[in-house]
Amino acid sequence: MQHGKYRFIVGFLAAPLALYALFVIWPFIQSIYYSFTDWTGLSPDFRMTGFDNYARMLDDDVFWKSLQHSLLFALLLPLVTLGLALFFAFMLNVGGRRRRGAAIAGVRGSSFYKIAYFFPQVLSIAIVALLFQFAYNPNDGAINGALKAVGLDGVQPEWLGDPGLALWCVMAVLVWSTVGFFVVLFSAGMASIPKDFYEAALLDGAGRFTTFFRITLPLLWDTVQSGWVYMGILALGAESFAVVQIMTVGPGGPDYSTTVLPLYVYQAAFRDGQAGYATTIGVALLVVTLAFAAVVMRVGRRERLEF
Amino acid sequence: MKTTDTPTADTTPAENRPSVAKAPGAAAARGKSGEGQVLNVFSHGILIIWAFMVVLPLIWAVMTSFKTDAGIFNSPWALPDRLHFENWSRAWTEAHMSDYFLNTIVVVGGSLVGTLLFGSMAAYVLARFEFPGNRFIYYLFIGGMSFPVMLALVPLFYVLNNISLLNTLHGLVLVYIAYSLPFTVFFLTAFFRTLPTSVAEAALIDGASHTRTFFQVMLPMAKPGLISVGIFNFLGQWNQYMLPTVLNTDPDKKVLSQGLVELAVSQGYKGDWSGLFAGLVMAMLPVLVVYFIFQRQVQAGLTAGALK
Repeated sequence: MQHGKYRFIVGFLAAPLALYALFVIWPFIQSIYYSFTDWTGLSPDFRMTGFDNYARMLDDDVFWKSLQHSLLFALLLPLVTLGLALFFAFMLNVGGRRRRGAAIAGVRGSSFYKIAYFFPQVLSIAIVALLFQFAYNPNDGAINGALKAVGLDGVQPEWLGDPGLALWCVMAVLVWSTVGFFVVLFSAGMASIPKDFYEAALLDGAGRFTTFFRITLPLLWDTVQSGWVYMGILALGAESFAVVQIMTVGPGGPDYSTTVLPLYVYQAAFRDGQAGYATTIGVALLVVTLAFAAVVMRVGRRERLEF
Repeated sequence: MKTTDTPTADTTPAENRPSVAKAPGAAAARGKSGEGQVLNVFSHGILIIWAFMVVLPLIWAVMTSFKTDAGIFNSPWALPDRLHFENWSRAWTEAHMSDYFLNTIVVVGGSLVGTLLFGSMAAYVLARFEFPGNRFIYYLFIGGMSFPVMLALVPLFYVLNNISLLNTLHGLVLVYIAYSLPFTVFFLTAFFRTLPTSVAEAALIDGASHTRTFFQVMLPMAKPGLISVGIFNFLGQWNQYMLPTVLNTDPDKKVLSQGLVELAVSQGYKGDWSGLFAGLVMAMLPVLVVYFIFQRQVQAGLTAGALK
């Protein structure tokens, strides 16, 4: 039976590994190397400059702005999104009126809610961003139109054009599109918590708040934590790039007010012709991402609860 | 929605008494079912508001795609005066939506097949065979899940350029496959480990080769896992924006999300907003249809996909 085993293993691994090495691993290694060069990306010539790019990065105002926004994305977005999702999921599964004999009950139509909430998740983030760009349009967008319709003619914010508001508008779109995913995820987690736990809590006189914080949340903690990491990585990476690049005008919002790290990498490399410097910012992004994941795993560590 | 439930308070006293003591004011006086009712209205109220907020932009987009440009600007929330289907046909032909669709189908079709094939081959070997370097290769693959893609994109652009795959659809297919492998291998390795070994061993004793065992025995058994990971990859690849934006700048080769954004930017000068909305809705339709038909599988596939 061992005959031909190694040939089979090599045969099966060769193609996937080759693709993966060429398009994923090799570029990653290269980018760390390029971060020490003055490569423009336009010509094949470059020289090693040591830590020049890193020194420059620390002096770069736009870098610090991008970093600040990215960190805000990574901390605030999961907090709001997961918080809302937990709230909705708890209401869907436990918020219903108790029927006779049942310790907890979901609201009626909870599967309908789950279908509706989840749907933005299947849309392309680019399309979602476009849609909201129109909705936010100060003159003829849907949001200001709605404000006007309910008599708030005086309240007509510039939304994406206002440096103080633009970043929050962009974040709101990401919350809008991801809450449903976590509602479904947490609902599945809540459904697997044994009913006797709730019955026991009820007999002990626990109200809904106590039940949530003493039973549901601790038992769901693992899921919440991995959700936090997942959401944070999204907020630091592709999703924030797409929404900021598409929705806000110019070089990352009015006066860089919405720029984020991945967008800055993209601009430095493909707009400014500074491929070497771009990879330096990319390395910073990598460090931030890994540090974020490590911190969340560390802070969130609790005794594992079995049920 | 029954309102005549008050007797519950008497029939199940053990369940109710404690919170009667705790519940404040009117709810306490009316007993448990009173509180339940208030809560029920409250939960439904909030849940409906969010459902509304989620669905409303979609309804607004569909409505807008049937309006004239003047209608869009003058009253964003009014119903269209009549259904302007010409927006749709204009978007399909003049705005090149048909080309974008075709490109997307070619790219996603190719990468989906490639991802599932290569992903399951690698995962099967990593899950079922002991050999030196097994762990290393496994961690090499799954390590890719936590790295920001943006970092690799700059050199990747030049890698593709050097092997003449930049701005080609098959180049994009290969890149999609490569970037889908980490999660696919991770998911399918776990899945292959759960499948019973006895069937594969029986096939081998009967003289089937490893390759044949894989394709005729193991792959069919892995179908549920392939479907989950397939849905996950389909949506991810169909909605991909960052990779094509960087690696595929030829106007004829654009995929849907990219093409639409491009249109929106250039529309700033041409001003065919209604056509653009028609294109936007057109691009959403296929995934929405798939979602509403298979919503259970999509939800299961994506949530299983993301966090396990």
